[in-house]
Amino acid sequence: MYSGLLTRTLPFSLLIEALNDCGDVMKNNHGADLEEERPHIVELISVSKSYQRGSQIIPVLEEITFSIAEGEFLALMGPSGSGKSTLLNLIAGIDSVDKGSILVKGLDISSLSESGLASWRSTNVGLIFQFYNLIPVLTAFENVELPLLLTGLSGRRRKEQVETVLSLVNLSDRMDHYPSQLSGGQQQRVAIARAMVTDPAILVADEPTGDLDRASAVEILSFMGRLVKEFGKTIIMVTHDPKAAENAHRIIHLEKGVLLNPSQQKV
Amino acid sequence: MFYLKLSLRNAFRHPLRAVLTIIGVAVAILAFGLLRTLVGLWYLGVETSSSTRLITRSSISLVFTLPVSYRERIRHISGVTEVSSMNWFGGIYVSEKNFFPNFAVEPKTFLALYPEFIIDDAEKKSFLNDRRGAVAGFKLAAKHGWKIGDRIVLKGTIFPGEWDFVLRGIYRGAQRSTDESQFFFHWDYLNESLRKTVPRRADQVGLYVIGVDAPEKAPEVAQAIDATFRNSLAETMSETEKAFQLSFVAMTEAIMIVIQIVSYVVIVIIMVVAANTMAMTARERIAEYATMKALGFKWSHIAITVFGESLFIALLGGTIGVLLTFPTANLLEKELSQFFPVFRISSVTIYFQISAAALVGIISSAFPVYRASTINISEGLRRIG
Repeated sequence: MYSGLLTRTLPFSLLIEALNDCGDVMKNNHGADLEEERPHIVELISVSKSYQRGSQIIPVLEEITFSIAEGEFLALMGPSGSGKSTLLNLIAGIDSVDKGSILVKGLDISSLSESGLASWRSTNVGLIFQFYNLIPVLTAFENVELPLLLTGLSGRRRKEQVETVLSLVNLSDRMDHYPSQLSGGQQQRVAIARAMVTDPAILVADEPTGDLDRASAVEILSFMGRLVKEFGKTIIMVTHDPKAAENAHRIIHLEKGVLLNPSQQKV
Repeated sequence: MFYLKLSLRNAFRHPLRAVLTIIGVAVAILAFGLLRTLVGLWYLGVETSSSTRLITRSSISLVFTLPVSYRERIRHISGVTEVSSMNWFGGIYVSEKNFFPNFAVEPKTFLALYPEFIIDDAEKKSFLNDRRGAVAGFKLAAKHGWKIGDRIVLKGTIFPGEWDFVLRGIYRGAQRSTDESQFFFHWDYLNESLRKTVPRRADQVGLYVIGVDAPEKAPEVAQAIDATFRNSLAETMSETEKAFQLSFVAMTEAIMIVIQIVSYVVIVIIMVVAANTMAMTARERIAEYATMKALGFKWSHIAITVFGESLFIALLGGTIGVLLTFPTANLLEKELSQFFPVFRISSVTIYFQISAAALVGIISSAFPVYRASTINISEGLRRIG
């Protein structure tokens, strides 16, 4: 169904490219194979991060090194305070590393300025949050349109693109609804549409099902799985839920800021 | 366009809070405009005074009179074109609440020296020919329903008794700022009565109004007049009409300064209230601003949104305040005409009101803009839920 929509509207060159590669991606649905066969889209090299609270320095991440392959669905798990959300923020360019470097598609994002990071995020990363983080005074359409306002696309092109992604998440009939008029699952689908609308290579999701009932969570996870399989997206998801993590190609466990055997943890 | 839309929608996100803030700004801007107008009115006499008129009064005090014989001596001083005299009469019409300024004047010279009082030629002639004749301003006549030929009785306070006048003319002001609430009658009428009743008070005038042929000669003529009467029983003090008016204003200047300060305090108060509202708003939306920043929006985008919302609320309140100023001023002019015959809002006041509203919007958004635009994204995102 999504393939049909995309071939009809053709708004995203990269999505189409990904769609053409779809068969290959679907064959590589195991983390180990992906790591070995596909190029790395994200590489973390000796990444450390700490926070300062008063005079006390609290280490959050220590010497983290691992890679994520293009088209991989990776789950980050660990107890509260283990540093998984911090790690996700570092990969998304929301936060900066203290030590080490993060390469995304070969670019060392830790060297970018705040303004440079903002521009980079707007085109390279799609963000999905636990509580959706939609702007309440904007309709579903306008929320999805938000990231496109930074791209310089014409109003007509933006409209086409937003309508396409909203139809991909089955919300064409709700595009004029405000977040408060949508269910949790629908809001999260709007958030996913917003994350996808600029056609970023990477989607980062922080507990995307944490605020949803089981049925909605299954729907969202299934949809995220499709984004990987059908559109070749790379998804990095933080979750507490082992069932949610089962949808990933690979699960990485963090504990007290240290990675537990990254390459051996596979679904 | 998007930022404008977002600012407008955000502004009314909490309708009650927005409406209350807008009302607050509107009332503050209204009060600011009225207070500024009040201060302006206080100085209106100074602003409208002529640069070719001098006032000569007793050097001791305004309450002391000058001999009428000074008129001819002043007339012969070089540079003097016309001399008139006037006495503050202080009469009451029916009751004290109907207060209006009323003067006994030397009519022919007075009308010649005050061309801003426009009076029909026939009425002027009729007034000059009738010793009991009087002229009233248009507003005053309209207020009391006086018509030409009406008998008007004033009860004297300084000059006891009941004084009968016949309204012979109604003057209009040459400018909007000209006071149309005054009442003038023949000084001769007053003087004749005084000769009979209180002879020692006769042949005295309150002050002289002197026309000079050129404004630059005014100081020189004033000095010459005062020199003429130096070492006499009634020494004079001559000054320009502007200086004379200022001496009245100076008596109440402290009050005017307080009113001016109050007008600014009103603005500062509403600024603090608006700033508090905007700070509260920004605090509530930290997660949204963090989300926008996470999506790639820069601090300037966030700043525009917060600033736009604050400016919109302040300007909307300011516009309502300005619009309310006009009917309120009309009401005050009607109700307080005896104190403020002209209560008009000047374009400068409107400009100040709008500027004050914009200033409220700008200043009150400063801290929220700073806070919203410098928010750490990861910290801001944690504010949700």
